[in-house]
Amino acid sequence: MLKDQDRIFQNLYNDLGSDLTSAQKRGDWVNTKEITEKGRDWIINEIKDSQLRGRGGAGFPTGLKWSFAPKEVGSRPHYLVINGDESEPGTCKDRDILRFEPHKLIEGCLIASYAIQAHVCYIYIRGEYFVDGQKLQAAIDEAYEKKLIGKNAAGTGWDLDIYIHYGAGAYICGEETALLESIEGNKGQPRLKPPFPALIGLYGCPTIINNVETIAVVPSILRRGGKWFASLGREKNTGTKIFCISGNVNNPCNVEEEMNIPLKELIEVHAGGVIGGWDNLQAVIPGGSSMPLIPKEKCETLTMDFDSLVAEKSGLGTAGVVVINKDQDIIKCMARIARFYKHESCGQCTPCREGSGWMWRMLERMAKGEASKDEIEMLGDVTKQIEGHTICAFGEGSSWPVQGLLRHFKDEIKKRNNFDPIVKETQNIPYLVDQHLLDKNA
Amino acid sequence: MSLKRPAKDQPESFEFNSSSLEAANKIISKYPEGKQQSAVMALLYIAQKQNNNWIPLVAMKYIAKLLDMPYIKVYEVATFYSMFNLSPVGKYFIQVCTTTPCMIRGAGKLVEACKEKISENESELLPDKNCSWMEVECLGACVTAPMMQINDDYYEDLDKEKTLEILDKILKDEKPKPGSYRGRINNEPENGRKTLMELKNA
Repeated sequence: MLKDQDRIFQNLYNDLGSDLTSAQKRGDWVNTKEITEKGRDWIINEIKDSQLRGRGGAGFPTGLKWSFAPKEVGSRPHYLVINGDESEPGTCKDRDILRFEPHKLIEGCLIASYAIQAHVCYIYIRGEYFVDGQKLQAAIDEAYEKKLIGKNAAGTGWDLDIYIHYGAGAYICGEETALLESIEGNKGQPRLKPPFPALIGLYGCPTIINNVETIAVVPSILRRGGKWFASLGREKNTGTKIFCISGNVNNPCNVEEEMNIPLKELIEVHAGGVIGGWDNLQAVIPGGSSMPLIPKEKCETLTMDFDSLVAEKSGLGTAGVVVINKDQDIIKCMARIARFYKHESCGQCTPCREGSGWMWRMLERMAKGEASKDEIEMLGDVTKQIEGHTICAFGEGSSWPVQGLLRHFKDEIKKRNNFDPIVKETQNIPYLVDQHLLDKNA
Repeated sequence: MSLKRPAKDQPESFEFNSSSLEAANKIISKYPEGKQQSAVMALLYIAQKQNNNWIPLVAMKYIAKLLDMPYIKVYEVATFYSMFNLSPVGKYFIQVCTTTPCMIRGAGKLVEACKEKISENESELLPDKNCSWMEVECLGACVTAPMMQINDDYYEDLDKEKTLEILDKILKDEKPKPGSYRGRINNEPENGRKTLMELKNA
């Protein structure tokens, strides 16, 4: 288990208070000026050395992302945008940072803004977190008052303004370009990439977008050194991470742990074990609803980091661990997730708009045992038609959990839906097949 | 994408009152000059707050004029985002999360409670306009599931009995205490916390 002194979020459980004085006692804002005096290159290199990967789901190396910002500020200003549109089912880590560790985030905003040469930072918070956003606003006001941000922020000579922008209940706005559209006052539909936001982002200006947790760990990394952060976890999967353990466990909780922690330890030690005992475990969704589930057999030895979960054809995502025990109907659980995606699809790309509803309707029927044999293959087909054929990663996010279900629980679906289709096909034409690929294989 | 229809009965006029206008101007100043359109979501919130928690069409027209943008673009934004109510909702607007993490911890019982106490159907206003409820997607409090949101506040760690108690209070027009209903002030494990022990005992 991670040593307490290596935990970055000392106030994760609000034992100490979230106000500025308490935050300063924990070491926030102590030597911000000295950190920035070491220069932009030093900051970016230190973050690169720490091998910090984005905490919002995709796991992109943060130092590398920052280095994409133009070195010189041209006619267009640079922007830093913080993504706090936490909406992935199973995830509730950013909320705790907003309400209990706001100063870690604000200080991180200052350092990151300095590194990428931004004078304005927008923090995008989901509309439902209004109360938590108010707490962050209070912390921002406090920081302005103490001259930690604003003109010559914290004595660094850098000017920085931080503004909160509230979302209004759209999951898709967690996608970085949809988030930019939303800040610009449009509906949140993702943009085509390239151009990437680092060059053409908010208002057409160079923009770096980071998750709340990513930015909040930056000051601690720079204080204690990239090497310290890199010494936790394992190569390319370094540092600590807030895991949210929800679902059928005895003590659902948020906990900051080392990357690469065994899943079993996370569940048994921190979350008080599976309800009904470990043997009652059915499956685990390891990284928020868009990551494919992992069946019990693999949970025994699974470790929680980006690469080891990819090896299991899943992903760490946001590290929202949803534990599902044998009392639950797994098909129904996935049908509900499919309904979530059907509701949240922005409607821009046809495969996702139509496919997400299609998957949901099929899964609902399968849960009731009303689907026919051939629909199982059809469902797999539909997921393949969505995946990779949409502008943003929502297509993957909605089809991967269904693919995970088909991969690990096909027998369960077959058992429940084992009758022949009413209309029998006379020819064996797969329902949906990429015709251009058929020719190539012929 | 959520299916939303503007209410049939629409008021004839809408204008920000002085405090709303002040708040609106403050928000517009957050964005660069010429990019005032960015404030549209915040202004829709202000309009919603001023108008008993829903946005009439005239308010959208008013905001369009204020921000110098086409009315249809305001309409587009208002219909895209699920938190903008285009028809009246209760003074206590209850949103029950029923996405998988809440579902497997018994969100269905919360829905049952709402059906028993408020109305059989979602989004149905009580005659006194005091209360309405609806199912929503993940509200981001999965560790304290099942939960629901009433206006701005989260009510967490619920079960059917506690939900009924909360609803009883609301029906009496009393505001129930927000937060966890098992006494948590945060997302720590309820029993046997293993981390940051020194701080806990400090």
